[in-house]
Amino acid sequence: MLRRRVIPCLDVKDGRVVKGTRFVELIDEGDPPELAARYAAEGADELVFLDISAAPEGRGTLLDIVERTARRAFIPLTVGGGVRSVADMRAVLRAGADKVGLNTAAVSDPELIAACAARFGRQAVVVAIDARRRASGVAADREVVWEVVVKGGREATGLDAVAWAIRAAELGAGELLVTSIDRDGTGSGFDTDLLRAISSRVEVPVIASGGAAGPDDFVAAIRDGGADAVLAASIFHRRIHAIAAVKQAMADAGLAVRLASQAVA
Amino acid sequence: MTRARAPRFAIVDYGAGNLVSIEQALTSVGAEVVRVDRGTDVGRSDADALVVPGVGAAGPAMDRLTGHDLVSPILDWIATGRSYLGICLGLQLLFEGSDEDGAETFGVLAGRTRRLEDAPTLPHIGWNQVERSREHEVFTGIAAAADFYFVHSYAGAPRGDSAPAVLATTTHGASFVSAVARGNLVGVQFHPERSGSDGLRFLSNVVGLVAAGSPQRLQTAPASLLA
Repeated sequence: MLRRRVIPCLDVKDGRVVKGTRFVELIDEGDPPELAARYAAEGADELVFLDISAAPEGRGTLLDIVERTARRAFIPLTVGGGVRSVADMRAVLRAGADKVGLNTAAVSDPELIAACAARFGRQAVVVAIDARRRASGVAADREVVWEVVVKGGREATGLDAVAWAIRAAELGAGELLVTSIDRDGTGSGFDTDLLRAISSRVEVPVIASGGAAGPDDFVAAIRDGGADAVLAASIFHRRIHAIAAVKQAMADAGLAVRLASQAVA
Repeated sequence: MTRARAPRFAIVDYGAGNLVSIEQALTSVGAEVVRVDRGTDVGRSDADALVVPGVGAAGPAMDRLTGHDLVSPILDWIATGRSYLGICLGLQLLFEGSDEDGAETFGVLAGRTRRLEDAPTLPHIGWNQVERSREHEVFTGIAAAADFYFVHSYAGAPRGDSAPAVLATTTHGASFVSAVARGNLVGVQFHPERSGSDGLRFLSNVVGLVAAGSPQRLQTAPASLLA
């Protein structure tokens, strides 16, 4: 049976892992390949790097970090942030990433999703959607609406997040990484309504992001939100919860997870 | 007398993406690794085994392999019974063709690459159990139904005389073939290079088998990596 995945996320800025609250107030959390290797050893099912460097030199550093990580952690690696073209994607994959996350660039140019999927296969294309609950506006079949925001949550787009998710999957996204900007960094739990609104309407796997505080939140993202995978940062970086403890809690709740490999003599 | 050296694995580079992981994984279990990106380099590589990685659709992959003059050398390599490891697309290409885009592929194994049936999510992405249909040295030391990492929407469906090659199956909706072996040909739908310690163990077993088939080469991978 396919396992539900637990994915530590490493926000990388100028070569270091950082984590803020609602994309600001960044705090240094360590060396990316080192943290990646630690998480792989602790049972992470995958890793996500989000490059939040503003300057171009930060991106050169990123490719080096991706390669150093790929040589140390033998689990899948997704790299997002600043990928704007098929050529950018090729460079990141050649450096050792398995998948690339597209966010702002895909909103600006949705055909980029199709171009990247045609070149590298849809399984390598993760479309990251940052969504914010809207106080007003009611869609025909929902009580709540979410708006896509870009540039780290600083810019609203007017796009409906659920409609955009469906479109992205149709264009060739192999997975959707859905982040609740309202919950990100707050520890108030995943937005399971948002997750359910999207996961019930697409065939591709949905990765839940934004708001994890404890093991119960991971279980809720899957059970209530319909997510296939759950992503978190701070609670792992700060060792508030161990990956193994989260996965054990998920197993205890009846979810299929990959526990430590059992090598035989 | 020939001095013993590590078995040499040639990884076919046809622009398919990440080769760092498979290169590093094979190196870490004792193989010597070279990349080949032209057909003429396959024979010159002095390799003991050929690795065809890759993800995505068969059509574009066949186009790129053809563009690099790699199809005939790969077919010759397999036809002469030399060691071949196909990973993901490198397994699917062994069949006659793919339903994904109608591409004609190597035709080494009878059967076609088909879309996963009744899958609750597609692509099939993540860790899933590999259930062995029969025992084989590539799984030595790996627990029954161990988890390996998958990322694909299609899988090869053997038929006729290729059916006995089936080594393992996996279930996502319906059951599909996740590993095959016939002679020196090994193909896996999962990614051993991304499957943690069990994946490394699998690759170590493959390296050991290749070494055993090449007596002048080292017989075993470094013991420390098998822990």
